[in-house]
Amino acid sequence: MNAKLYDKMAKALLWGIGFLLIIILAAFLGYTLYKGLPVLSFKFIFGMPSDMEAGGGVGPQLFNTLYILFLSMAFSVVIAIGAAIYLSEYAKDTVTTRFIRLSTESLATVPSIVLGLFGMIIFVDMLGLGFSIIGGALALSLLNLPLLVRVTEEAIRAVPQTYREASLALGATKWQTICKVVLPEAFGGIVTGIMLASGRAIGESAILIFTAGTTVSRYFPDFDLSAGGETLAVHLWYVMAIGLVPDRLEIANGIGALLILVVLVINLIFILLQRKFKSA
Amino acid sequence: MKQHDINRLRTDKWAKYVLLACAAFLTIIILALIVFMGQQGLQTFLDVSPLEFFFSADWNPDNGKFGAFSFIAGSILVTVFSILVGGPIGILGAIFIAKLAPKWMRNILQPAVNLYMAIPSVVYGYIGLTVVVPAVRDFFDVPIGFGVFTASLILSIMILPTVISISNDALLSVPKMLEEGSVALGATYWQTIWNIVLPAARPGIVTAVILGMARAIGETMAVQMVIGNSPRLVDSLFAPTSTLPSEIVVEMGNTPFGSTWGNSLFMMALVLLLISLLMIFVVRKISSNAEVRA
Repeated sequence: MNAKLYDKMAKALLWGIGFLLIIILAAFLGYTLYKGLPVLSFKFIFGMPSDMEAGGGVGPQLFNTLYILFLSMAFSVVIAIGAAIYLSEYAKDTVTTRFIRLSTESLATVPSIVLGLFGMIIFVDMLGLGFSIIGGALALSLLNLPLLVRVTEEAIRAVPQTYREASLALGATKWQTICKVVLPEAFGGIVTGIMLASGRAIGESAILIFTAGTTVSRYFPDFDLSAGGETLAVHLWYVMAIGLVPDRLEIANGIGALLILVVLVINLIFILLQRKFKSA
Repeated sequence: MKQHDINRLRTDKWAKYVLLACAAFLTIIILALIVFMGQQGLQTFLDVSPLEFFFSADWNPDNGKFGAFSFIAGSILVTVFSILVGGPIGILGAIFIAKLAPKWMRNILQPAVNLYMAIPSVVYGYIGLTVVVPAVRDFFDVPIGFGVFTASLILSIMILPTVISISNDALLSVPKMLEEGSVALGATYWQTIWNIVLPAARPGIVTAVILGMARAIGETMAVQMVIGNSPRLVDSLFAPTSTLPSEIVVEMGNTPFGSTWGNSLFMMALVLLLISLLMIFVVRKISSNAEVRA
């Protein structure tokens, strides 16, 4: 009898936790959107920021967010795919391979503030890039790498072994097999992984404060790689922590909603891609 | 051999080395991280004794006092509290998703877990600052709502996706046969989970908890916004203090690079780096032990 009672209680508890997870998430998203959506106007989203007066926009920050995300992905996707191909297609279980795997796992756990300080030493200081879009993008690509390697490797491993054998049997070299058979087949999984990584990278801030900086260019849009690279997330932190503008709460509300909207869109694309490539 | 064949065989040979270089790049980054953070951080000890840095809570850079103990204590406290709350909720959530939830519920919860991960940490911090801090202040009737309690509360939510997704993988990899055997012997659903599934998934769940802690100890922005940022030793859960990452982000901006002050902030980053590497080693140890036993 007791066992059955426990069983019922445990099931109720688990259901409760399940709903709790949904309620907390809905509260976070709902509150941010409720507070921020009224702030979102064309002038706010695409306008220039103001240092002292109310009514400034976040146009350059939005631009920088997407620009830095794009650049960091451009750097890291190539290396991540290369590393993932090596780990899944070539690597035998040697000391070198194990060390590379250990490095990937470790890099995924390094706190982003540590990567930010590292980026500050290497990119900002030693390479003399200053607090810039390119400095931020390079630092952010370090953060993307481990996740991208993991999802890409999974996608490549999911390609059936028989495809490779057929290609090799036709006389293709290993590299031809990878380029013409394995990668096209894994393409869906790789794109899905890139969306997942983008969703996380877009809200990243600790790594960008000391690499991309907390200023923006006077021009908008400014594709200059050495321009100040403050992003939306950094700007949200900056106006709350240090900012002087009188309407900083409004701005923070607006940025919160804007970030959540971008994240929701990216995740929606992620889910759609996942469905599409899973059913295919 | 035709020229075409010579070319493609040559490409094939080179491809391997280019790919290896890509993979080795990750190792180079980790080594460079250790070297550069170490080189910059360890210079602290030219001016400050390690004893003072690690065990004194007197942080007053203007007077040459660099005791980082309050930040270390703050980091440990928020990590422990957040895993005490977020750990069980995350593990139970993973059990629900992996073993109990019907398909429609799973289809909601799996994207939800990804969304938890995708919400920017500044947004967590911002909600903490504007909603949780005043709520904590009023609910517990304390003068200010900043401090370890609020930070731990926010962190326990932020670590949920890490704990849930890794525990979920571990639970799903438990062979179905074990469960069926248990149910066939007359065990209830919960008895099966508690006595069979959880012990079998234990290495994975411990990994989930450790990586959740790694996430908590390294979290910077959200904690900075709700902890109060006061460089003093924590004496109450409801008093402003600081953690290692939050202190770095507050002070790095106005610190001359290469000064003792700047170096001591790099030393704190080095401590964080070594802690996260240590956690990875523990996780590795656990999974290799589990493999030996299996």
